[in-house]
Amino acid sequence: MNRYTLNVIAWALAGLWVLPLLYALWTAIHPPVYAARFDLFAPLTLENFIRVWNAVPFDRYFLNTLMLVAFVVVSQFVICTLAAYAFAVFPFRGSDWLFMLVLVQMMVMPEVLLVRNYATISQIGLLDTIPAIALPYLASAFGIFLFRQAFKSVPKELDEAARMEGAGPLQVLWRVYVPLARPTYLAYGLVMVAYHWNNFLWPLIITNSVTTRPIAVGLQVFSTVEQGIDWPTITAATLLSIAPLLVAFLIFQRQFVQSFMRAGIR
Amino acid sequence: MMSRNARIALLLLAPAAVLLVAFTFYPTVATLIDSFHSTPRGRRPAEWVDTQHFQAMIADPIFRQAFINNLIYAAVIIPASMGLALTMALLVNARIGGQAFVRLAYFTPTILPMITVANIWMFFYAPDYGLIDQVLGLFGMGGNNLLGMPGTALWALIVITVWKLAGFFMIFYLAALQQIPPSLLEAAALEGAGPLQRLRRVILPLLMPTTLFILINAVIEAFRLVDHVIALTRGGPNNSTQLLLHYIYQVAFSYWDTGYAAALSVVLLGVLALIALVQFGILDRRIHYR
Repeated sequence: MNRYTLNVIAWALAGLWVLPLLYALWTAIHPPVYAARFDLFAPLTLENFIRVWNAVPFDRYFLNTLMLVAFVVVSQFVICTLAAYAFAVFPFRGSDWLFMLVLVQMMVMPEVLLVRNYATISQIGLLDTIPAIALPYLASAFGIFLFRQAFKSVPKELDEAARMEGAGPLQVLWRVYVPLARPTYLAYGLVMVAYHWNNFLWPLIITNSVTTRPIAVGLQVFSTVEQGIDWPTITAATLLSIAPLLVAFLIFQRQFVQSFMRAGIR
Repeated sequence: MMSRNARIALLLLAPAAVLLVAFTFYPTVATLIDSFHSTPRGRRPAEWVDTQHFQAMIADPIFRQAFINNLIYAAVIIPASMGLALTMALLVNARIGGQAFVRLAYFTPTILPMITVANIWMFFYAPDYGLIDQVLGLFGMGGNNLLGMPGTALWALIVITVWKLAGFFMIFYLAALQQIPPSLLEAAALEGAGPLQRLRRVILPLLMPTTLFILINAVIEAFRLVDHVIALTRGGPNNSTQLLLHYIYQVAFSYWDTGYAAALSVVLLGVLALIALVQFGILDRRIHYR
């Protein structure tokens, strides 16, 4: 295949892939009558955004989502780092077996166990709280697996040098392993931000009030087919809800892709 | 007497262990136990009902439909999203014009919430004025309610899922592709290997660990991702888009039949366990980790 064909295929695919987003943008910035009609000179309007912003407590949903995502990512970093450090640097009898047991969490995701986890959360009195949304995801096998890989590639000499200087296990972790695994933290962190910003089923079940619902769940009011579908409203709401994530990604996309390369997730 | 390593390791593992026991291992065992008990109602506690739920399941046409649908869903989504991801990664890696934009375009669906993405796609699929039906209309095949017809609804959802996942998997392939030493490919070219041969003999074998990693993720998503089912079809029409996890969700939280939901969960757990065994047992032996 020559360069020309490759370009055509690549761009056709790219066009197809952004089409839904472009379409949403088109509908959101035009009056409702243009929702399914394409007219380059259709009048532009921001009214759809204003209407949506006033119809839904967006600011509150954003705040909830930010708190949720911050809580999940920070807790995961701490919990998974400690566990990964144990598996990578302090092997003991049965630790390989234990690691396999941890990996079970990768296949048995919290969603499969939602009936039982709902009961557990209810028993400890955390129904309809932000920690309740986060708890089942905190000991992430994916995180432990990735950090363990990263820690294993740290040269032993650096570890030994730090110990010779009298650093304890936690100091070695903090001064040697964590800094060297930075790309992994960045890549994993960004994936988790996107994952929990967008996560739907479990938050839907475990929350039922405006003060706890993340944005993905809060938006669901718009997709009720029963009241007739108002496309401009839906698309404006969609764009508003993903705007922070989209902007952040546009700014950080280079670092994001590079951190994936350097993290060597493969 | 514990070794020093074991003592430190166990302290470090404690927080993760507590959470894993509370939200993965205990609920797995509890679900298994629940599946042999009746649903507690009012003041009537759960009673041992033996395999009653499982017998009911075999006779349950919705369960059978959900099971078959989920197998079709997985069997299409996994190879389609992985194949597209590899194609995208190879394209982006091939020094095309506007590389950064193309890469961004492929990746955007990943950061969009499935629930809102589903709303946009619903517009695409709408009969008469939806984009797809308008195009079909040009060929005299309009008037289709793609999400409302049992024959097309599942496929409509499959397209959304593949669109959503391919860009995410592409990133992993791209990262792996860029780590293949160029000298290896040059050597292959010198020995007279064409582009296709280089792909088959050099690139694909080197990508095998990545492929396994993506495969695991794809399998997980094929059984986990039901957001768009909730947003678009609720399993309909006529249960043609019913998937296992969505059925569990409905039985548990719409009909509040937690006993039967537990039995359904056991089936889903069983499917996942079986796939995990196949993946780690058979595939792992054929992949050479460094």
